Amino acid sequence: MDVILFLIFAIIAVVAAINVVVQTHPISSAVSLIGVMGSLAVLYLLLGAEFIAAAQVIVYAGAVMVLFIFVIMLLNAGAEAKRGRSYMVQVLGVPLLIALLGLLAFFVERLFPRNITVTFGGFTGGTARAVGQALFTTYLLPFEVVSLLILIAIVGAIVLARKEMD
Amino acid sequence: MMTAVPISWYLTLSAILFVLGVAGFLFRHSIITVFMSIELMLNAVNLSFVTFSYQYKQVNGHLFTFFVMVVAAAEAAVGLAIILTVFKNRSTLNIDELDSMKN
Repeated sequence: MDVILFLIFAIIAVVAAINVVVQTHPISSAVSLIGVMGSLAVLYLLLGAEFIAAAQVIVYAGAVMVLFIFVIMLLNAGAEAKRGRSYMVQVLGVPLLIALLGLLAFFVERLFPRNITVTFGGFTGGTARAVGQALFTTYLLPFEVVSLLILIAIVGAIVLARKEMD
Repeated sequence: MMTAVPISWYLTLSAILFVLGVAGFLFRHSIITVFMSIELMLNAVNLSFVTFSYQYKQVNGHLFTFFVMVVAAAEAAVGLAIILTVFKNRSTLNIDELDSMKN
């Protein structure tokens, strides 16, 4: 059951991610990206990260992607024009990406033997209670710094979107 | 029939999503799609963090994922405001035409 669920949602994630890259219209890319994020939330649940799964759906698939789609519609962004890429990108781009993927997969296979497996319910320390406890004890300083960062980001976004630049 | 998923499958999926994000970042011309590719890469790294958290049976990886999410949300707000400003001034979303810092 674990394997079937993993395979279903991994395939959905990979297909949607390929769709993000190959679609020419930004709205299609954005909707595919929501598919990636939703299936990743299911994989987080399989890994026992319930709080992170909920936050993924609310923050990423909800807030961030709504912001993206809002901006795409506000700017009325159409399909991007096809234009010639540089010769080097055409020749080297895809082989180098495949080489990078091969390298990453090679190291993953070498460093993580197959007897370490993931079963649903094998780790139950990802509840909101456990995450909150760690957040307000061990990670209190990063939490405060990040709240300051959010404040700066809010002010910065308002200033940037209002200002008429010369 | 296998009953459990090897941990390397999750990490390989994360690697695949990261490489697809890099591909989108390098090959696309629309500034919004480039931005979405960055979000895709961040999501791939989050999956690795949660997987490592499972492997070591500790909650720390979830905290890193949480902080990445917060920073990504802030980055999306500021980045999209910058895109709005760029579009207002240059009326283009094509990154090949936004080269005023090049000369």
